[in-house]
Amino acid sequence: MKWPAMGYARVESLDELWRVLDAAGPEAQILAGGQSLLATLSFRLSEPSGLVDITRIAALRGVSVAGSILRIGALTRHADLGRDPLVAAHAPILAAAAPLIAHPAIRNRGTIGGSLALADPAAELPACVVALDATIVIASKGGERRVPATDFFQGLFSTDLQPGEIIAAVEVPMATPASRQTIVEVTRRSGDYAMAGLAAVLSMQANGQVEAARLVYFGVGSGAEIARGASAALAGRRLDGTSIAAAKAALADDLDPPGDLHGGPELKRHLARVLTGRALSSFLAPAEQAA
Amino acid sequence: MNRRIDIALTVNGERVARSVDTRLHLVDFLRTELGLTGAHTACEHGVCGACTVRVDGEPVRGCLVLAASLDGAVVETIEGLSDSGEIRDLQEAFVARNAAQCGYCTPGMLVTAADILTQAPNASREEIREHISGNYCRCTGYQAIVDAVEDTLKARRTREAVR
Repeated sequence: MKWPAMGYARVESLDELWRVLDAAGPEAQILAGGQSLLATLSFRLSEPSGLVDITRIAALRGVSVAGSILRIGALTRHADLGRDPLVAAHAPILAAAAPLIAHPAIRNRGTIGGSLALADPAAELPACVVALDATIVIASKGGERRVPATDFFQGLFSTDLQPGEIIAAVEVPMATPASRQTIVEVTRRSGDYAMAGLAAVLSMQANGQVEAARLVYFGVGSGAEIARGASAALAGRRLDGTSIAAAKAALADDLDPPGDLHGGPELKRHLARVLTGRALSSFLAPAEQAA
Repeated sequence: MNRRIDIALTVNGERVARSVDTRLHLVDFLRTELGLTGAHTACEHGVCGACTVRVDGEPVRGCLVLAASLDGAVVETIEGLSDSGEIRDLQEAFVARNAAQCGYCTPGMLVTAADILTQAPNASREEIREHISGNYCRCTGYQAIVDAVEDTLKARRTREAVR
């Protein structure tokens, strides 16, 4: 379907953005990569009075390191995440997530800020930033505020973003030699939204024990779901077949997946258990994986 | 906010200036304003890939880009890629392998496949399949399409080796 009639404004700076948003009123929407927003216009699921194009705001671009924090500008595209050397070195789960997001042509436009602001329950990046314990940097006319990713996501397509606010950047604690990060998912077709997915970030001790684990599932609930029981089942234990089995068993209390077009809750739970095994086994030495 | 906006951009090497309706997407702009009908409209929500064109050197979904946002952009369509000769070998391989059945998906397939030729010159069959997985062929001609892309990659590697 063709898009509804709507206004359009292109802004070059944050100051200009605040002026335009004030004038445009609450029915206007922010346009970044547009790879989800413009599709919802085609379905007439949303009918904004106008779109404010922020893609030329230089302050929202770029990936940089400051101290032990990796700062990723909101306009960083999925394709950039997949090939940026700083992302690969300091947040490998984001580099690994990029090829799982849709297809090359869509990754060339879609942005990390856009994906997080939309908060699709089956999307990869919200789960990754929750697993990484990242901080969302939110900008408005009044200045910046920082919100932990765990608090930022509030449910189905719902976030802490208020009218007049945009995501400016994501701040990620940099990976250390103790970090283990991976993302796995099951899809009907390569590039589709996940039937079930898992973003896993572990911190390991030198003796092979798990110091801390954050297992975050997507496509199995109303958002990025932290599995607290499964994560706790790993903490303080050696990562091996026994502790992995304990994490899988704990999922029964962590996840309460709704059925969808792909299948019922039990299918989703099964997929989550399978993905848990795959993700955690990837952290084991090859000899242990075979066992 | 404006319902029309003036844009100036480069399409297939030619400077173009138009006043466009802000609801117009890139593919309709190319087809209705410029008469470039190679890029096809099909699903119009980013799933099928028939509308794939290049913006600033990279393939994009033409149905998920506002024409209004393209002031200053460089756009290349299948017409431009054909005229420049950049993908002549790929097009010949599509003909040789009968990789264009009804042909509706072909322009998008070629733009997507052209991206592999430069981004991943050593791509395996698996990687070719992965790369074109966002392009639908309703005749299910994928086998022949993968054959054609693989032939082109091999031929280019051989030419490079000889050089």
